[in-house]
Amino acid sequence: MASDAMSTVDIGASPSALRSVWPALLIFAVLALVPVVAPLLGGGTYPLTVAGRIMIFAIAAVSLDLILGYGGLVSFGHAAFIGLGAYALGILMDAGLEEGLLLLPAAMLAAAVFALLTGAVSLKTRGVHYIMITLAFGQMAYFTMTSLSAYGGDDGLTLWSRPLVAGFDWLNDRSAFYYIVLLLLVTAWALCRAVTRSRFGRVLRGCREDEERMRALGYDPFAYRLAATVIAGAIAGLAGALLAIQAEFVSPAYMSWQRSGELIVMVVLGGIGSLHGAIVGAAAFLLAEELLSGVTEHWRLIFGPLLILVVLFLRGGLGGLLGKVRHD
Amino acid sequence: MTDPVLQVEGLCKRFGALTVTDGVGFDVRPGEIHALIGPNGAGKTTLIQQICGRLVPDAGTIRFLGEDITRLPTHRRAQRGLARTFQITRLLPGFTTLQNVATAVQRRRGSSFRFLRPVGRDREIDAAARALLQRTGLGARAEVPASALSHGEKRQLELAMALALEPKLLVLDEPMAGTGREETARLVELLRGLAGTLPMILVEHDMSAVFALADRISVLVYGRVVATGTPAEIRANPEVRAAYLGEEAA
Repeated sequence: MASDAMSTVDIGASPSALRSVWPALLIFAVLALVPVVAPLLGGGTYPLTVAGRIMIFAIAAVSLDLILGYGGLVSFGHAAFIGLGAYALGILMDAGLEEGLLLLPAAMLAAAVFALLTGAVSLKTRGVHYIMITLAFGQMAYFTMTSLSAYGGDDGLTLWSRPLVAGFDWLNDRSAFYYIVLLLLVTAWALCRAVTRSRFGRVLRGCREDEERMRALGYDPFAYRLAATVIAGAIAGLAGALLAIQAEFVSPAYMSWQRSGELIVMVVLGGIGSLHGAIVGAAAFLLAEELLSGVTEHWRLIFGPLLILVVLFLRGGLGGLLGKVRHD
Repeated sequence: MTDPVLQVEGLCKRFGALTVTDGVGFDVRPGEIHALIGPNGAGKTTLIQQICGRLVPDAGTIRFLGEDITRLPTHRRAQRGLARTFQITRLLPGFTTLQNVATAVQRRRGSSFRFLRPVGRDREIDAAARALLQRTGLGARAEVPASALSHGEKRQLELAMALALEPKLLVLDEPMAGTGREETARLVELLRGLAGTLPMILVEHDMSAVFALADRISVLVYGRVVATGTPAEIRANPEVRAAYLGEEAA
């Protein structure tokens, strides 16, 4: 039992920042090379689209890992933040707003406000109740959007153009859009990493370890969890807005509960509580979907057992293969 | 100055038909160690939970430093200076010993709503935490995960965390339970070192520790305080002997 505990804290290793950062840097380097290497391999724009999609979901998965992995909160409504970000962007563009530097923060704000309001209620519950109430809020948002006929209802909302960036039309350039998404992924990862290692992050992780102990120390777990939920919601809202830009379409399906489930699968697959793991998990999930769905439409029949094998035999998930996480 | 640190009056708690706390009243004076003793099922733990905020009493008041805290949530009581240890130790098992104490120290020093600066660079907090580990005899165990500590070390760590809060009252819920003779002796020594400066409520079954440490003792039987007094008075009290000490001797 003692050795078990040792391995999770990873004592003995020197707390070198580089040591814990290199797996993420490696991932970012690989992603940065995709637009360079892809044309050499052929396949047209397809690899770039898939890799871009991976990065967008990775942003969402990293944000989910902040509350799931570090907060210990199994949120089953994370897709709602993505959907709200996407709709905020779609609705504002429909109203004539074109500037991305306004649209993206607005999408983040919309998702953050929703996270604040729903989190204030759901974080009053714990365990299974928390899972169910986040699921319920997610479904509420989903059904609200499907019935919003002014914005397409069930059919979703088509974007007739892509936003501008400081007045420039960069997002229509595939490579430029790709690198902007990569930059945002790196930023989201760096921000979440800083948060988990900060004073705030220590309290958040402490509440996951033993809530009652933290109360006895004078911390109110609710306040810290709510703040983490709002941060995660804002980042997921950003992912939603990017998803909408990439697809030039906003679909209520972005916020279905299956999407929330898939995000949890990404985090678990990559290794809970490891931010670079969430990126690996998103990549593994979407690549498996791409490759296996080409073989059979029942691709989940193959993917399911693979997920079980990872959970059973890879402590620390796929991301754990690249390197362990160390805090403080 | 002579005002009591903690004042409990007419405290009642029922679970259905069972009255677990039945009009309990006692106080803790500045600097004193006030022991709560009583046979199993006397309601000691329920009383502690009401003092610390895990249970809300049905009637009565709890005043701490002159302020009514009867309905205050646990974390607000802790912020006001009420620190505790648990009957079954509660630590942050995935954190190292040092991180456990640092988490407590951090609560005393500035806001925890700081999002970007790594805690690893908070030298002041770490230094204060290390000093506390030295003081509680855990100096050599700083980098060990809390889950890997021995039972006695976990008790010491809980105490270190409570002291890190610089409390105005320390509630110790059976700190000697399950510890060996040597560890008990060390804990008694440690607590004696704090006596006089830090008022404490000590719930304990180990009578030799209680009589060695306590300035006053309250005896709880079936949810009532049957006697309060100095160790000598309690020893001589016939009602206590009948209800409790006699039982133990028999």
